[in-house]
Amino acid sequence: MARTVSRGSKIGWTIAAWVVALLIFFPILYAFITSLKTEPEAIAGFSLIPSGTFENYITVQTQRDYFKPFMNSVVLSIGSTILALLFAIPAAWSMAFSPTKRTKDILMWMLSTKMMPAVAVLIPIFILFRNFGLLDTHIGLTVMLTLINLPIVVWMLYTYFREIPGEILEAARMDGASLWKEIVYVLTPMAVPGIASTLLLNIILAWNEAFWTIQLTTTNAAPLTAFIASFSSPQGLFWAKLSAASTMAIAPILILGWFSQKQLVRGLTFGAVK
Amino acid sequence: MGSITLNKVSKTFGEATVIPSIDLEIHDGEFVVFVGPSGCGKSTLLRLIAGLEDTSGGRILIDGKDVTGNAPAERGLAMVFQSYALYPHMSVRNNIAFPLKMAKLDKAAIDKKVEDAARVLNLTDYLERRPSQLSGGQRQRVAIGRAIVREPSAFLFDEPLSNLDAALRGTMRLEISELHNTLKTTMIYVTHDQVEAMTMADKIVVLNRGNIEQVGSPLDLYRTPRNLFVAGFIGSPRMNLIQGEIAKGHGAHTIGVRPEHIDLSTSAGAWRGTVGVAEHLGSDTFLHVTADGIGTLTARVGGDLPVRHGDQVYLTPQEGRIHRFDDKGMAIK
Repeated sequence: MARTVSRGSKIGWTIAAWVVALLIFFPILYAFITSLKTEPEAIAGFSLIPSGTFENYITVQTQRDYFKPFMNSVVLSIGSTILALLFAIPAAWSMAFSPTKRTKDILMWMLSTKMMPAVAVLIPIFILFRNFGLLDTHIGLTVMLTLINLPIVVWMLYTYFREIPGEILEAARMDGASLWKEIVYVLTPMAVPGIASTLLLNIILAWNEAFWTIQLTTTNAAPLTAFIASFSSPQGLFWAKLSAASTMAIAPILILGWFSQKQLVRGLTFGAVK
Repeated sequence: MGSITLNKVSKTFGEATVIPSIDLEIHDGEFVVFVGPSGCGKSTLLRLIAGLEDTSGGRILIDGKDVTGNAPAERGLAMVFQSYALYPHMSVRNNIAFPLKMAKLDKAAIDKKVEDAARVLNLTDYLERRPSQLSGGQRQRVAIGRAIVREPSAFLFDEPLSNLDAALRGTMRLEISELHNTLKTTMIYVTHDQVEAMTMADKIVVLNRGNIEQVGSPLDLYRTPRNLFVAGFIGSPRMNLIQGEIAKGHGAHTIGVRPEHIDLSTSAGAWRGTVGVAEHLGSDTFLHVTADGIGTLTARVGGDLPVRHGDQVYLTPQEGRIHRFDDKGMAIK
């Protein structure tokens, strides 16, 4: 029997949900509105009505070249995601299909690295990067982003792989598939929904990662996160331009997320509903 | 060729010994059924032969060649799993072709073999479908097709019919027996269902707690069970087991009488009793009779016997068909 909900409470909850959603979305909306204001307007005080100038976008592009950090963001997020998957697929495979007594411990240890505050290792990593000449390089940042997100990628893939029945892999083994062919022809195609949502989530995480990208880059490898931060400079705080830069940084990932939300939800609830 | 020899094969998982030590000889072309209650080690034994589990001791020989250390694919065996284990992302055609692709056959040869197998199994019209678009019986046939195309030296079946409904199970049982008659390839079949074992096997291996209780043809096991376990396991309804004075009278610790070897009378007989539940199957009736001083006995009688709940009846075992067992549960010859 379906539960009956009174009309009044239905309207009340709908309004409440919209209010919460708008509150969460408001900072993004306000950044967009501010980006359409002039600098004096932006610091003048709270106002939802901009003068509607696109000047900030033009300035951001002409003075600071949006395109370069944008490309850096693309290279770093896609590069680190592919690298992470290359390590994580075999790792998750072995933990899901030939677990040992210590598998759970290893998974917990991987996760525990995410519990550590990043600042705690800033100095040693900065020194290592400096000594190996990795500061402000694509390679250095790609490796760093891979390492940061690897535990989550392994965990997600491990969960998806666990959903695949072991008998199918045994059938492949009986059919003469080598370990590699088993992964390529049987496991991976079956895990595609899971791998795809892991890939999307990791791209989003890498795109938004701000701590390390800001600390370890200056200009050459700086992605959009560092680009935004650069607008709060010793010369002054340019709110309108900062907002324009933020909007341009958010837009690509927002569009990617919008088009892939079906896949993301399907992947994240994989196995919950069969 | 497909003769399989197990030589002192054992398997332990950590502390637990699943199979202490098994010797078994399977001849080329035989249909062998491993049967036993759940947890008796029958599936483990099959997986050891397949190579999906490593042995803890002993040797496995196929056609005289030691394959104990070989990978599953190197043993030349094909397996049909309980869950069918089809590749869900591949069409029926590609499922059946998969082992041939792994063996690097050329495309023309693969197509021919797949189509031949599909014809034998009535799957020709379904070759382009995905497993999810097939019924249970069709999925099972795809799994068998995938096994056939490899032309293995032996087929291994792990409870292949237990996911099907009763009617389909009967049909598939016939189809597998038919397949064995056509191919004449060794088949090892694991089941907990003694009807499957009795109807399909050339040779039944009864397992209990990782040990072989008896090996023999279905009728051997039915007529001359070696011990109480086999006597109780083979035959449906179960054999009646009687201890005490009556057994002593036959010079045994326990005697066993199958329900179909008990004659029933309303006037006179060896044991008097009261009819309890009567199960009418149409062709036969299973009568559960509480016999005085003995306990509940099951008798299998004709379908149209006019006895009802609470009636008094007399039961007489057929003299030549009484099984005698000593105090260790072993049959007395």
